[in-house]
Amino acid sequence: MSEAQESNYLENGHGFKSWFYTVDHKRIGVMYLWAIGVFFVLAAIASFLVRAEHLTPGQTIVSADTYNVLFTLHGAMMVFLFIVPGVAASFGNFLIPLMIGAKDVIFPKLNLYSFWLYLAGAAIFLIALAAPADTGWTFYTPYSIETGANVILITFGVFVLGFSSILTGINFIVTMHKLRAPGMTWDRLPLFCWAAYATSLLQVLATPVVGITLLLLIGERYFGLGFFDPAKGGDPVMFQHFFWFYSHPAVYIMILPAMGIISEIMPVFSRKPIFGYKAIAYSSLAIALISFLVWGHHMFVSGQSKLINIIFSVITYAVAVPTAIKVFNWLWTMYKGSIELSTAMLYSLAFIFLFTIGGLTGLFLGALAADVHLHDTYFVVAHMHYVMIGGTVFGFFAALHFWYPKMWGRMFDEFKAKIAFVLIFIGFNVVFFPQFIMGTLGMPRRYFNYAPEFQTFHQISTYGTWIIGVGFILMLWVLMRPLPGKAEGNPYDSLSLEWSMDSPPGTFNFDEIPTVTEPVYNYGTKIEAEE
Amino acid sequence: MGLYSITTKILKSIAYPSELVPSIEEDDGHHHFDPVTEHEGAKLGMWLFLATELLLFGGLFAAYAIYRAKYPEMFMLGSSSLDVVLGSVNTVILIFSSLTVAVAVKAIQENRIQLVKVMLWVTIICAAIFAVNKYFEYTYKFGKGIYPGTDIFYSIYFAATGIHMLHVFIGMAVLGVLLRKVYQNKYSKDNFTAIEIGGLYWHLVDLIWIYLFPLLYLVG
Repeated sequence: MSEAQESNYLENGHGFKSWFYTVDHKRIGVMYLWAIGVFFVLAAIASFLVRAEHLTPGQTIVSADTYNVLFTLHGAMMVFLFIVPGVAASFGNFLIPLMIGAKDVIFPKLNLYSFWLYLAGAAIFLIALAAPADTGWTFYTPYSIETGANVILITFGVFVLGFSSILTGINFIVTMHKLRAPGMTWDRLPLFCWAAYATSLLQVLATPVVGITLLLLIGERYFGLGFFDPAKGGDPVMFQHFFWFYSHPAVYIMILPAMGIISEIMPVFSRKPIFGYKAIAYSSLAIALISFLVWGHHMFVSGQSKLINIIFSVITYAVAVPTAIKVFNWLWTMYKGSIELSTAMLYSLAFIFLFTIGGLTGLFLGALAADVHLHDTYFVVAHMHYVMIGGTVFGFFAALHFWYPKMWGRMFDEFKAKIAFVLIFIGFNVVFFPQFIMGTLGMPRRYFNYAPEFQTFHQISTYGTWIIGVGFILMLWVLMRPLPGKAEGNPYDSLSLEWSMDSPPGTFNFDEIPTVTEPVYNYGTKIEAEE
Repeated sequence: MGLYSITTKILKSIAYPSELVPSIEEDDGHHHFDPVTEHEGAKLGMWLFLATELLLFGGLFAAYAIYRAKYPEMFMLGSSSLDVVLGSVNTVILIFSSLTVAVAVKAIQENRIQLVKVMLWVTIICAAIFAVNKYFEYTYKFGKGIYPGTDIFYSIYFAATGIHMLHVFIGMAVLGVLLRKVYQNKYSKDNFTAIEIGGLYWHLVDLIWIYLFPLLYLVG
């Protein structure tokens, strides 16, 4: 064991400076994890207040204006501070160099600057809380131009966060091109890395467009540029086009890394090679490509041309194909496998179940005629949350449990973690399933008030938030109190590189850069039997 | 100081003023990649960054296309009010500065340090002349009561040239940092990645102007 490896990355230096100025990708990943965790909690609290407000029609606990601010904060913080940077920046940073057999990302300092930019954007966001916006996270014109609330600060915060996102994306792409260990060919690359690669492409190619859009929105408020103002010959719908040109691909920035996590966990706890490795890898790229061509499906009722509506609707159906390919491959990976229902596996199974519901209801919304009926109702809210919580957040939680020993070098209490999982799973469905029904009955989203016949649905949904809230707290409590004793280097007998060293890893990951000779997912085959 | 840390500083200085650089331990084992990998990685990273710049301006070009199709007369009138002579002079200046920065990149590969200094100085001076011309153009427009928001054409004119101007300033800062390091003898024929990718960035600034100039000045 070399000198450098004597202490692991957590013990290599203590105190604020050793973390804040670190260029170690693992420490940066852990800092992202803490940061997004804090914003997840803040944004979740905002959503619990929104739900509590809906216990009765009319005012329950907050005024209508406060309600508008609350759902804006919930949406904007969840999207821009938690879920977009979320899994990619935290687990991506921690895992990519370990998985490809590198000592770090290729631009370690740029990586640190990206994190600082994230913090700067987050700080601007928090300052903006003093006079919060009430536009919803989408900042639609003309309201975002006319409202008296402070829109400029929060959009500038998003602009800065976009810079962070772009630089992280560039870093990951170049890292995966240039720093793969000998023998780590593209068709041996772990599927999480493939997913992170597709995510990074989206971050690099889509984010600049929302950057210029938000700059123009700021210019609109500051100078009255007129691009989005009909009085000056501009067009508010153009803002929607520009916005969704980024924000639809951004949906896949949010979900693709979680899909990568599921692809890693499935073979380990099924003790079988992943089924359809190439199909899963290429479907990530296919999703990234198609996601650039479907933005108009957010705008079916905006008055854009009928022809373009039909085209967008058809392409939207196309994006379901690579997604379904992934789901089939995960299911086939389990077929006749030796399945172990660990906590991480439970979250992964829940991911497949909930994400499929979210995906299929997405097809309802992609269908032009159905969307006219369902647009801007709670059906959309439920669909979106089935994909984003049922998908991304469940995938994120799966990763938190799966890589827990690697990250912290300790084990957690599986039994209690499973109780937390059950509460979160049940609570989630109680919150959001009634919203599908409410939506089809015509309950519009983002409304402060509602007709009395919706009260039962709203109340069930609010009770669900209490169940999921207890689940969150229990999960956090379990993860904060690791079991005594040190974790093994490879507690799951995983074959991928990040498990080949001690847990937690040393500061420089590998004593010697490994040489890869076999595919990553050879579980239950001859090779594993020999070992 | 390795190749890597200089190149990241260039990438970084695009987003950051240089005084934000912390005194991170320079040789901490996190960047022991071989020089070829570092050179290729830095170039790939810069090309990706340039792609994001094109997409940033892509939004403005899209807005231009849509509104020019919608209001052709407004664009004819607005364009004919712009100063073609001053615009042409600026175009020539920027193209010339692209040449000088290209010579600087070639010169550092041949270890001709004195030539690198001259060429970087000329490039920065060209950028400064460009900025001064732009200042006179803007103030002339303001004097005639034309501001961003006067009509859609002028909004696009000010937004596009303004954001481009910002890139000129950032480019000047990048070249200035490079020049200072040339005086500190930090670069040689074995260590020129930073100058090469800094040059790439300056070519992008030039390239965007080459599209903006005819679209804004010559359609009238």
